[in-house]
Amino acid sequence: MQLRKNLVYLAIMGFGGIGDVLLKRGMQDFGVVDLHHPWHVVTALANPWILVGIVCLTGFFASYLTALSWHDLSYVLPATAMGYVVVTLLSRYFLHEQVSGWRWAGILLISCGVGFVTRGPAVTERKEDQRKEKEPLAAAKGSHELA
Amino acid sequence: MPKLWIAIAMIVVFSTAGDVLLSRSMKGIGDMAELRDRKGLLAVIMRVFSDGTFLIALSCMTLGFFSLLTALSWGDASLVVPSSASLTFICSAVAAKIFLKEDVDHRRWISAALVCVGVALLAK
Repeated sequence: MQLRKNLVYLAIMGFGGIGDVLLKRGMQDFGVVDLHHPWHVVTALANPWILVGIVCLTGFFASYLTALSWHDLSYVLPATAMGYVVVTLLSRYFLHEQVSGWRWAGILLISCGVGFVTRGPAVTERKEDQRKEKEPLAAAKGSHELA
Repeated sequence: MPKLWIAIAMIVVFSTAGDVLLSRSMKGIGDMAELRDRKGLLAVIMRVFSDGTFLIALSCMTLGFFSLLTALSWGDASLVVPSSASLTFICSAVAAKIFLKEDVDHRRWISAALVCVGVALLAK
């Protein structure tokens, strides 16, 4: 089960980062969005880079939903932080963008911050959960007393 | 305010609303991996797409997606993607505490502060 959870988080990082970079590549072909005709951006969906990007982001979305069904939102979001690093590396080496030292430092700090959170609990303990855990114990204690 | 940052703000607002609604929807549905093992992928898809909260979340995500496309056409991916995602992370932590009653402890707040500084560096 732990392996499955790790694979789901890996899929979130990989698909998310690659999908975003493919979208950027597609938008380079498309050009600048004109504010006077904002709906023109929908025609970008015909671009193959954007289509493959959307396929990757669909994989990201399915993995993300699965993680959200297991853990807290405030845990899942930062736990996927390595996706930022994937985006920066691909932006530098695939899109040939200039990534300054400040941006690398920012990426590093974000990764540290969001990595920090993954060392804490993944799920908030609810009162109902605690009650459910105590109920079988109380029932067992009650039957023991009756006996 | 430069138009790029307005587009980034729109991404953050729509994504945060979408994340909170998605989390609420998924907690209602339960363990998706277990559901898929028990009833199959089609049953999972049917269950997810018949949930009203999920559909509203999806609408928010769609608006966030088109804001992202617009922002990407105006700025570098290495600025737009991390800054919008990081700000979404902070707003989502606040929204998760308020709306989902999650236990956002000191560890999660400290990481939010580190992310804030990281975002400031990204804008340089």
